[in-house]
Amino acid sequence: MIEAHSLSKRYGTKLAVDDLSFTVRPGIVTGFLGPNGAGKSTTMRMIIGLDAPTSGTVAVNGHRYADSPAPMHEVGALLESKAVHSSRTARNHLRVLATTCGIARSRVDEMIELVGLTDVADKRAGGFSLGMGQRLGIAAALLGDPSTVVLDEPVNGLDPEGILWVRNLLKGLAGEGRTVMVSSHLMSEMAMTADHLIVIGRGRLIADMSVEEFTQSASSDVVWVRTPHHARLTELLAAPGVAVVFSEPDGLQITGMGSDAIGELAAAHGVALHELTPVRASLEEAFMELTQESVEYHGGSVAS
Amino acid sequence: MSTSTSTSTTTSTTSTTITDAGIKVTQARVVKAEFLKVRTLRSTLYTLGIAVAAMSGIGILICWTTANDWNNMRPRRQLRFNPLEDSLVGFHLAQLAIGVFGVLLIAGEYSTGMIRSSLAAVPKRLPMLWAKVFVGAVVTFCVMLPSTLITFFVSQRLLSVRHIQVSWSTPNVPRTVIGVAMYLTVVVVLAIGLGALIRNVAGAIAALVGVLLVLPVIALALPQTWADRINKFLPSNAGQALLGFTGDSTQMTPWRGFALFCGYAIGAIAISAWLLRRRDA
Repeated sequence: MIEAHSLSKRYGTKLAVDDLSFTVRPGIVTGFLGPNGAGKSTTMRMIIGLDAPTSGTVAVNGHRYADSPAPMHEVGALLESKAVHSSRTARNHLRVLATTCGIARSRVDEMIELVGLTDVADKRAGGFSLGMGQRLGIAAALLGDPSTVVLDEPVNGLDPEGILWVRNLLKGLAGEGRTVMVSSHLMSEMAMTADHLIVIGRGRLIADMSVEEFTQSASSDVVWVRTPHHARLTELLAAPGVAVVFSEPDGLQITGMGSDAIGELAAAHGVALHELTPVRASLEEAFMELTQESVEYHGGSVAS
Repeated sequence: MSTSTSTSTTTSTTSTTITDAGIKVTQARVVKAEFLKVRTLRSTLYTLGIAVAAMSGIGILICWTTANDWNNMRPRRQLRFNPLEDSLVGFHLAQLAIGVFGVLLIAGEYSTGMIRSSLAAVPKRLPMLWAKVFVGAVVTFCVMLPSTLITFFVSQRLLSVRHIQVSWSTPNVPRTVIGVAMYLTVVVVLAIGLGALIRNVAGAIAALVGVLLVLPVIALALPQTWADRINKFLPSNAGQALLGFTGDSTQMTPWRGFALFCGYAIGAIAISAWLLRRRDA
């Protein structure tokens, strides 16, 4: 369980994270989404105490990560793939980390096998490809059998087989009841992996909802209607499977009913329509729109 | 439920039972981890190898050629020869190699990104710094003391052919010989302090060379009265007072000078500890 309360981080004049509050729950995969520079990495660095928040707090299992007596058992983190001394071998890198908290050597060998680095375990990590570095980082994150896993862009540099492996690994970890937080700037990847989404842009929270909700609002057929009689039309539209979202000053976003049916319904009841537009957005488009207009969307208009 | 293949596993992360109590971070474990770090880097072998080669090689070579050449040497050169000082002269070069070793212990982690893994594993941070100081000091002393002793005894053995050796029982000789290893041990602590402050390998090495070698040279440019007052307090001059080499009357007394040198190193560690707690990694 990760809880952030009004988390902010300022680097010089740049506010990288701005009053961010969210909760990451155990048992599901939570996708942490945002465009490059949105503050995802900074937030994750604050979770494991590498950066100190300018204001606000972030707690893991109810306390600061630094106050944990067994930190590696509490949070396993993959932040940058190259958080490794380039001239140490992969196995020795893991052994060093394991030694700080007395993790057995057999566990190191197990993790090497799990991430598929057995053949290169005794080679210098500096010569690793991006994908191999990611696998080593994942092995390090899982070393302490952590109840919370925080992974920053874990599929970066992985081949399709590796991406599938990570996807299944994350689901497996969540299935064991762990808290799994994984960042990405790819909506499509998150749609396949995550159960819940936290979307940020320019350091601020844009959306905090289940992937299902997000998918429904984004990829199903949406009809955009403008009418001065929006209250009346909303009443008429009330039916199972139809969702209506009102937006100022006179717009309605309707899902679950086609534009033809809406137009005929309005005509039959004498409701004048100023606009009737079918909108079809892909997940990726919806995400881009959401994050591009992050400032306008602030205020929790889509927060659940 | 351990699964062995890499790509098809969905779980298997729990095949080794790990209990909360079993994997606490303790100072002893962090020290062990730092020892392992030192052992698993090739730069350790290079830097300590150079330090030993410089320490032993230079002194033994000088004493060997001196012993061979003694009868051909002019009296003035014979007079200038100091069997103790000249046999240990390699420490000047050794201190640079030891300094690089110390800087790499911590600044090497910042250059490679390893520091983020280290601090995520030891989020209280200070235990890592204490462990580095302890490991750096112990390794340096355990390597350089035998190296210095061997240098001394081999050199004196070579010189004994011409009966120009000094013996271990001569006053102040044990203090000087063991003092070289102690001086180098404090150098490594100072280097760790500067490495942790500057967080960049090249910058920290430059700073260390500046403090140990350049400051005394700059001080030479001062007017005599000023120089006499300031020189002896410079880190390397204070530290080398323990060796009692130059016989310069302006030097501090051996133990006072060494205590001041330790004070500089402790000061550097204290500042870097304070900053380590405060700075983002």
